[in-house]
Amino acid sequence: MVAPIIELQTVNKWYGEFHVLRNINLTVKKGERIVVCGPSGSGKSTMIRCINRLEEHQKGHIIVDGTELTNDLKNIDAIRREVGMVFQHFNLFPHLTVLENLTLGPIWVLKKPKAEAEATAMKYLNRVRIPEQASKYPGQLSGGQQQRVAIARSLCMNPKIMLFDEPTSALDPEMVKEVLDVMVGLAEEGGMTMICVTHEMGFARKVADRVIFMDRGEIIEQNTPNEFFSNPQNERTQLFLSQILH
Amino acid sequence: MTTATESLPPPTSTTGPIAWVRERLFSSPLNAILTILSVWLILMSLPPFIEWALIKANFTAATSQECRAGGGACWAFIGVKYRLMLFGLYPYDEQWRPLIATVILIAMIVVSTIPRFWTVILLPIWVGGLIAVSVLMWGGVLGLRYVEDTLWGGLPLTLILSTFGIAIAFPFGVALALGRRSKMPAIKTLCVLYIELIRGVPLISMLFMSSVMLPLFLPEGFSIDKLLRAQIAIILFAAAYLAEVVRGGLQAIPKGQYEGADSLGLSYGHKMGFIILPQALKIVIPPLVSLFIAVFKDTSLVVIIGIYDLMQSTKVALTDPAWRGFSIEAYIFVSMIYFVFCYSMSKYSQNLEKRLATGHKR
Repeated sequence: MVAPIIELQTVNKWYGEFHVLRNINLTVKKGERIVVCGPSGSGKSTMIRCINRLEEHQKGHIIVDGTELTNDLKNIDAIRREVGMVFQHFNLFPHLTVLENLTLGPIWVLKKPKAEAEATAMKYLNRVRIPEQASKYPGQLSGGQQQRVAIARSLCMNPKIMLFDEPTSALDPEMVKEVLDVMVGLAEEGGMTMICVTHEMGFARKVADRVIFMDRGEIIEQNTPNEFFSNPQNERTQLFLSQILH
Repeated sequence: MTTATESLPPPTSTTGPIAWVRERLFSSPLNAILTILSVWLILMSLPPFIEWALIKANFTAATSQECRAGGGACWAFIGVKYRLMLFGLYPYDEQWRPLIATVILIAMIVVSTIPRFWTVILLPIWVGGLIAVSVLMWGGVLGLRYVEDTLWGGLPLTLILSTFGIAIAFPFGVALALGRRSKMPAIKTLCVLYIELIRGVPLISMLFMSSVMLPLFLPEGFSIDKLLRAQIAIILFAAAYLAEVVRGGLQAIPKGQYEGADSLGLSYGHKMGFIILPQALKIVIPPLVSLFIAVFKDTSLVVIIGIYDLMQSTKVALTDPAWRGFSIEAYIFVSMIYFVFCYSMSKYSQNLEKRLATGHKR
């Protein structure tokens, strides 16, 4: 049995009075690809944002690659170095060129020489198929291109885990595919642990090892994609699926 | 076109000077009235001013009686008194020194505005400039006669107070702004206290306090130079306002930018230095430059503690009994000097904004 790379043990979180995460237990194996879905407000984004401490959990334990997330800044930095994140709104740095966006982390966090960081950046820009945009500013790119740059930015940090927080929700419909293609490519290559919050069920069917359904801060159901879609157990899962699969 | 259908009005020209005048100056009754009013005002005021300032003006008179005879402006007064206005009470024969110091200060500022020099090279330039200006102004070394700083005055003094005031207040203000947004309660409280205290007090009273009250608190026999105290008061004052301007910029940066930086594992310093501050400062360039202009002009308040800045030197020049009654000319002259500096700052900030625009929003 391989040690899990991410472990959430009875994680609880409140926003004021509002109980966003209720007793979340989740174990992710190395290299596993997980899709998290659920109605809006169900806590799925909050859950993955807890994994790299963009949100703080108030009860329970989160252990990432053997390190527990506590208030210790050293641990937080160590974990953030291992965990890449792709956001719904890209969060690229608008005052830096694409290349600078990609090399900032490697140069200042990983202390790589500039030339090496740039070579790595170009490698990943090629991989997301926009090397010609390297010297442009994010504002000059389309939404789909920006999201691909954001994926490349995370990959440049050579993370063991990638978190995707609704990466296609803010995109125009015709740009969803180009981003999903990149993500599928990444998943099929293997080796990378991926947790992806998305409503793209085609993507879930194609690459996920496990689909997790969340509602009202709880994990309601988890299963392989086949079982999950053809034979949902819980009533709420059935309702949700009937609403999104027309 | 010769065939217009009835439903369409005949086309009026939309280009050329007549169309421009119609569109810009007479587009509505109110607009027409304002145009006529403005033209009338200009016609009423400009010709007499030109007649006074140029046609009837005297540029060469040797005495004030001769100068007054023409009935126009007496620019000869400026010719006689410009050195007193520009350099104050600085010893007459040594006034080449503040002149060179002024040139050095302006050169330092100009160099600092060029993006190519925005590297560590600015540090030696500023330290070197500070030393050169100090040596020139004080003297006492290199065979230069020692000149007490109570004798300094005029333009170099105004430039020294505002340049170093702004240059030192800027990093201090940024630090205060970051401190005010800090999660650490002690730092936050300190910064809030400082900012609110200083902002709640007029600059004049800060200058008074630095000049009159501070010596009371200092141990016997220990004194800080009056000029330095004024300089410190200006720095402390400007920093508090600067902090609030910068804080406005910090608050305009979306949370996603912080999260993007955090998710890469950037440290607090790198996150602020590379991601947040460059964007925040870019947003606040207009209010920042307004503040710089205000500080530049506010340095004239040092007069109340007996320091002879550009404004006060001008007043001294006006007290010469042989040249009485030319205050309009004198004030126009210093106003022009103030204007040149302030307008340059304003123009530069506009250029900077254009150059830094990188298509922020889609």
